[in-house]
Amino acid sequence: MTAPATPALTGALAEHPALDQWVAFPAPGRITVRTGKVEIGQGVLTAMMQFAAEELDVAPQRIAISSGDTDFTPNEGFTAGSQSMQFGGVALRQACAEVRALFLQSAAERLGCGIADLSIADGRILRHGAPTAEDYWTLAASVRLGTRATGAAPRKPAGNYSTVGRSAARLDLPAKVFGAPAFIHDMTLAGVRHARAVRQPRRGATIDTIDEAAIRRAAHGEIEFVRHGDFLAIVGDDETAVEAAAVAAQTHVKWHGVEPLNPLQQQASSLLQQPTIDRTVGAPPSDAAGRASHYEATYSRGYLAHASIAPSCAFAEFRDGHLTVWTHAQGVFPLRASLAQSLGLDPKNISVRHVQGPGCYGHNGADDVAADAAIIAMQKPGTPIRVRWRREEEFAFEPVSPAMVVKVRAALDDAGRPSDWTAEIWSGTHSARPGSGNLLAAKALPNPPPEPAPHDVPDAGGGGAVRNGAPLYDIAAKRIIHHLVPETPIRTSALRGLGAMPNVFAIECFIDELAERAGQDPVQYRLAIISDPRARAVIERVAKMSAWQAGLPAGTGRGRGIGFARYKDRAAYAAVVVELEAGEAIRLARMWCAADVGLAVNPDGAINQLEGGMIQSASWVLKEQVRLETTGVASRDWETYPVLRFSEVPEITVELIDSATDVPLGAGEATAGPTAAAIGNAVAHALGTRIRDLPLTRERIMATLLSSE
Amino acid sequence: MPQFELNLNGRAVKVTVANEEASLLAVLRNELGLVGTRFGCGLEQCGCCMVLIDGAPQKSCAKPIWSVAGKSITTVEGLGTPERPHPLQQALLDEQAGQCGYCLSGILVSAKALLDRNANPSRAEIAQALDDNICRCGSHNRILRAIEKAAAMQREAAR
Repeated sequence: MTAPATPALTGALAEHPALDQWVAFPAPGRITVRTGKVEIGQGVLTAMMQFAAEELDVAPQRIAISSGDTDFTPNEGFTAGSQSMQFGGVALRQACAEVRALFLQSAAERLGCGIADLSIADGRILRHGAPTAEDYWTLAASVRLGTRATGAAPRKPAGNYSTVGRSAARLDLPAKVFGAPAFIHDMTLAGVRHARAVRQPRRGATIDTIDEAAIRRAAHGEIEFVRHGDFLAIVGDDETAVEAAAVAAQTHVKWHGVEPLNPLQQQASSLLQQPTIDRTVGAPPSDAAGRASHYEATYSRGYLAHASIAPSCAFAEFRDGHLTVWTHAQGVFPLRASLAQSLGLDPKNISVRHVQGPGCYGHNGADDVAADAAIIAMQKPGTPIRVRWRREEEFAFEPVSPAMVVKVRAALDDAGRPSDWTAEIWSGTHSARPGSGNLLAAKALPNPPPEPAPHDVPDAGGGGAVRNGAPLYDIAAKRIIHHLVPETPIRTSALRGLGAMPNVFAIECFIDELAERAGQDPVQYRLAIISDPRARAVIERVAKMSAWQAGLPAGTGRGRGIGFARYKDRAAYAAVVVELEAGEAIRLARMWCAADVGLAVNPDGAINQLEGGMIQSASWVLKEQVRLETTGVASRDWETYPVLRFSEVPEITVELIDSATDVPLGAGEATAGPTAAAIGNAVAHALGTRIRDLPLTRERIMATLLSSE
Repeated sequence: MPQFELNLNGRAVKVTVANEEASLLAVLRNELGLVGTRFGCGLEQCGCCMVLIDGAPQKSCAKPIWSVAGKSITTVEGLGTPERPHPLQQALLDEQAGQCGYCLSGILVSAKALLDRNANPSRAEIAQALDDNICRCGSHNRILRAIEKAAAMQREAAR
């Protein structure tokens, strides 16, 4: 018989109710807290530590955090979607409250008093505020931590918080500032050998010939070849030789089945010519387009790279039938499942351990390089293998964010406000993570796993292409027509915010266009059509912060724009104002953001994330697009895939709105869409003409200015 | 196997390398165990591997080890320690100037080179000095603030 469901348990705690999976007391004065979420540069472990210290009533320094390990931590899926605090953090908070309650109960029994007489200070049990002989560690042997969480343990009221809600220094930063081994790239294992895969130029290509002699000559050192099906790798003790051999192998390995790409497919507009799988979400169809007053505009964005600062890296060792993989992937359990499927192993014979890597912002090459290492390690049992992708390999083979086209149509009422709204969205999938897609190298193996049917992130998970596809504004009927493009020229998957950035760009630019048609100020127009008080608060605050003035003339070369969204329509609210100069190129002058992220566990950490999202979005909007050539991705380095540099980053001010809630809403993905839209609107204001296709490169601006003359 | 002498973070070291083609970065990381200098691109484009060579900021990822024989090299490990942090390191921690932190080693070295030649740089001069360093997470403004603060700390200490 199974235990009755406990509705109070949410998220991972419902799936992993045994409290010893979350909290342990390994030695006097020490606490270990376990989370399935992982540090990807967003500061999540620091915020988790704050939650645990708060609910357990201990000093933060007593807590060590174990994260993302299939042998030791709860399975919390992926660290993605700005959900780590909203779900993972909330689960850990409740687990710690349950643990605290168990200890209080045990202490009351031992001291012969009521629980109400007791409190906890830095792990010590106090009775009527006075010390007792008991603490967490004297009681630990008599408390059964294997007990299931009930959901009934009282959490500390937010008003009593002393750690949560106060800015805390990042736990991981010192190692990174003093040059200590901080990243998976810096890890060592006894007897480890270096390896590089020789990539199939296209998935499914087969090896024709290998000129081993030429590759060995280029290596200038001892190397060996490891082959399994059409998966080829180079292994050696000297990384320099292995790297040189890998570069040479691009020329000296010939392949069958390499279909040329059509470089024109780098344009988002080419999606409109592709076969699609169609569906409608939201309100039933309407005849809005046939009414007298309606407006329509089409926006687009090209393919984007994650462009992590370093290429992906992994270690693997296959010993006595057990595979251990060290990875900076965002989900150790999904990766384990995918490895098991690809390699024909039982998941219980695989351990996957997270080690920090460079910021990923989504599904980059981390999972795929782990598969490379695992395949090689299984061919060389007993030898630990380290694989680090080359920079060009990361740019050429990581999954990219799909290009998107968004066509917005609205029927307008007498006041020029939208009464019926349709967004038509064309996009490849945003979901090829382990579990939804196959690992890159799997296709080279003798028995590749089947390709999954075309799909996107389910709407229940926030959707992929349709994420933020409908505006939050008060409009009687809203619908999305989603055209999923199953075949894209390059593999596509999740990047920070998924479809939210292009959708919010489209929505918020369109709103500005409607405001202009109605002869109204963009801020006032928005406030007139949105009733959600938290939305109004961020828009009003950012207008105040930026000293927003209505009626500034357009076309002067200096522009201001606003953008707003509530991420996924259910997470953080953010409004952004951008001030810039636009001539032949764009110079960002200032950016302001007001955000409501719910409970900000670590306010400085939240601001850091919001700011980072703004800068990355500015880089996407002004500079970034994956370029194609017939042989594959053409933008394989930082010169052909430029990103924003220090001199190009404007001054930024971020303010958090205190929404008096104890629910965190996440922050990492909230600002990308509003920032993109604010830049788009500011450029339109500065130029007096609108550019609806991203990126807003110098060439595109010149072409627009010439055509509008 | 070829042997090279370097002055590394103020100490004379001899290193034997298996491969004469090895870059300074590969030797630092794989032979000398100094992993603070990070690999970013191997193409001299991102600045993660910045070191000082005879006092000048240089990317180490494509610089053959033989080309720096006998030279004086400073890496991030040579700046300071948790017990005795360099003002730049202290300021980065004070400003919480980082997200993933992968770029910070190279940025610290570039910033040290700047402050060594200009004790009172403007915000624009700092930004320009860091244009060879990519930060992908968007910690730019915090890093710029931290370097301004470190410069002020150094000027104060020199008074």
